[in-house]
Amino acid sequence: MFGKLSLAAIPWNQPIPLITSAVIIVLLAAILGLVTYKGWWTYLWREWLTSTDHKRIGVMYVVLALVMLIRGFSDAIMMRSQLAVAAGTAAGYLPPEHYDQIFSAHGTIMIFFVAMTFVIGLMNFAVPLQLGVRDVAFPVLNSVSFWLTAAGVLLVNVSLVIGEFARTGWLVYPPLSEIAYSPGVGVDYYLWSLQISGLGTLLAGINFTTTILKLRAPGMSYSRMPIFCWTALASNLLIVAAFPILTATFAMLLLDRYLGFHFFTNEAGGNPMMYINLIWAWGHPEVYILILPAFGVFSEVIATFSGKPLFGHRSMVIATMAICMLSFMVWLHHFFTMGAGANVNAFFGIMTMIIAVPTGVKVFNWLFTLYWGEVRFTSPVYWSLGFMVTFVIGGMTGVLLAIPPADFVLHNSLFLVAHFHNVIIGGVVFGAMAGYTYWFPKAFGFTLDERLGKAAFWCWFIGFYLAFMPLYVLGLMGATRRMQHYSDTSWQPLMLVAFAGAIVILAGMSFTIAQLIYSIKTRERRRDTTGDPWNGRTLEWSTASPPPPWNFTVLPQVSGIDEFWRMKHAGKKLTSGAPPPSIHLPRSSSLGFLTAFCAVIFGFAAIWHIWWLAILGLLGAIALTLNHSWRLDTEVRVSAKEIAEFETRRKVKPG
Amino acid sequence: MSAIAEEIPLSERGPAPTRIVVSFGFWLFLLSDIVIFSALFAAYAVLAQRTAGGPTGAQIFDLKHVFLETCCLLVSSFTCGLCVLAMERRSHTMIHVWAAVTFVLGVSFISLELSEFIGMFSRGINPARSAFLSAFFGLVGTHGIHVTAGLCWLAVMMTQIATLGLRPKVAQRLVCFSLFWHALDLVWIGVFTIVYLGART
Repeated sequence: MFGKLSLAAIPWNQPIPLITSAVIIVLLAAILGLVTYKGWWTYLWREWLTSTDHKRIGVMYVVLALVMLIRGFSDAIMMRSQLAVAAGTAAGYLPPEHYDQIFSAHGTIMIFFVAMTFVIGLMNFAVPLQLGVRDVAFPVLNSVSFWLTAAGVLLVNVSLVIGEFARTGWLVYPPLSEIAYSPGVGVDYYLWSLQISGLGTLLAGINFTTTILKLRAPGMSYSRMPIFCWTALASNLLIVAAFPILTATFAMLLLDRYLGFHFFTNEAGGNPMMYINLIWAWGHPEVYILILPAFGVFSEVIATFSGKPLFGHRSMVIATMAICMLSFMVWLHHFFTMGAGANVNAFFGIMTMIIAVPTGVKVFNWLFTLYWGEVRFTSPVYWSLGFMVTFVIGGMTGVLLAIPPADFVLHNSLFLVAHFHNVIIGGVVFGAMAGYTYWFPKAFGFTLDERLGKAAFWCWFIGFYLAFMPLYVLGLMGATRRMQHYSDTSWQPLMLVAFAGAIVILAGMSFTIAQLIYSIKTRERRRDTTGDPWNGRTLEWSTASPPPPWNFTVLPQVSGIDEFWRMKHAGKKLTSGAPPPSIHLPRSSSLGFLTAFCAVIFGFAAIWHIWWLAILGLLGAIALTLNHSWRLDTEVRVSAKEIAEFETRRKVKPG
Repeated sequence: MSAIAEEIPLSERGPAPTRIVVSFGFWLFLLSDIVIFSALFAAYAVLAQRTAGGPTGAQIFDLKHVFLETCCLLVSSFTCGLCVLAMERRSHTMIHVWAAVTFVLGVSFISLELSEFIGMFSRGINPARSAFLSAFFGLVGTHGIHVTAGLCWLAVMMTQIATLGLRPKVAQRLVCFSLFWHALDLVWIGVFTIVYLGART
């Protein structure tokens, strides 16, 4: 009846996950209770959970990412504190089987549910506004994408309470992840939650590629598109090309685990190395899926706050698309030590060094944009400058690792861990925070507090260096990644420094939370009444903050790069012509939420081999989709009266 | 006015009409689906010789049987095209006739494939036997699941035409279905060539 599921699945004898999950359950219950007590359910359901508005979906993505950042960071601080104490004869407080789950969950959550989710959230919010259109190509599908991601998040977190998570590292390499060596449900939690959220990501990729290529304001040719849209295009093209590989690879591993196939096993001719090739054929493009939109954010931020057009718009576009192509030709550098031979390694080593060239072009473009600019040092600029310094260091250690003989020494060491945190924190996290601060006033109509924002930046910046520079040194001293204990006590001082760094980053995250709360409390005096708080350049700043559900009453007519900026300075209005008699907007839809609910049931049941329930979940999702396909009233009409009312309200606002 | 409109480059004409947007999105979906198959093809190429002492492809494939399967699928693609042509002429009878023919041919393909698989299973030829067989059943099975899903979709489309009529939304979906069906044909040509014909040499 319940497959492999029994009461023994709850980790009664492990106080840490038990207490953590108890706290989370109490917190969740408190939040749900508050929502019920205040009677917010109808509002939440109508305006957010079923919303097909790209701005709302974008905000929900970002909220999800920030919440998961806290979860992923808890894992990080547990690892750092364990390694701060577990030297020599001391065993630390985390047993190995638990520690293994923590580093696997940390990587999985940080990449898939923080970085990916954050980046997709920013694209969701900003891309249609920058393109000057009313919504994405497929608004209901957009909601489905978001909720499937949320379903994956839920499943990963359920593993904390019921059962266990994978102990195999964040990419579950076989043969360790095969049923013979990982008989528990940990790997299944990993696989099913990522299959479900991966489907959401793929659909988002299709949606955004279509949006950028087919829906742009009149006059916005490709060469006039803002850089963030270009980087979003590159990123989404990579999603469409790379995520199916992930789906296929996980499907093969699932077949191995559930039906006794031999794709990646040690027995019967299976080939575990094929998994590692396939997973990195997805994994390397994935790195660029994350970093390219971050590059886009920095480009927007630096151009805006320098008061200058971006230096070398065209070369930036070419560099972006070059990275997009090259990202598929470097995957083998993740496993030089596999033994593909000197020539193959040399090829991939050289390709890896080549991909640093367009990245270097970008760095120079940003520097030249700043040069002679009237730079306003706001917190998004702090994040951008911090990024430029940090990312260049991370890039250089990457090029070091790209030399196969060096990689033979450094692979699997803390040097590698330091390298990828250097590029992901210094690149993606800083970019996400810059984008969050930059577009926050557009989303909510008031700015975030600058002082707290800068405090958060300094903590992240200093904390990052404290936490990860020691890891480079430790890596050179021979410390390996994924170790739960070390006998060489001479490593301990550096481990303590790294722990201190993690604490400083924790302070940075606390400042971000404080900044949000403080800014909401003081929102009345930080209102953005103009829609253009930063003296911006691109179309999103031409509409109100927050924008109306239809974004633009009259679609802007574009005739060059940075149209809004040029019009402002020519003293002209961006849009001309009367507002349309009515605007059609996509109707809210519960399809995404309910389908994701079915997906959670399906995933959970598949993990625990409760087959009747799995079939029920699957049928539910199909029935919901079919039901939706018969709906004809998929649009709501906004009347001229409502539009006019909004426009008058906007004009009479003080300020 | 129209002459001026034509002078504006395609990329500057503002948001494309829904018809274009939907088709474009569906093409992208198909491409992503092709990428899934390419990963499975790659796995098959790697594992094709890894028979672990079990049967090889040449020993278990019945090419006549597979040729019949191929004929069913290719002809169904043709009739599917006729169905879309009938839709453009708005001839309801012919839509239903060609859809029915397509459906029957698709079912024949799946039945033939199932009978092939059942025959293999009864002789102990199953995916757990060797990596080669895992890759074979993985690739061909995924295609089979796609065809089955396509048949369900076709059935849904016929019900939609009956209940909703040939409104633009429904017509658009039928066009998408035909794209999907042709794409599966394309994949099958790869399967037939690489898996079945490739096993002879």
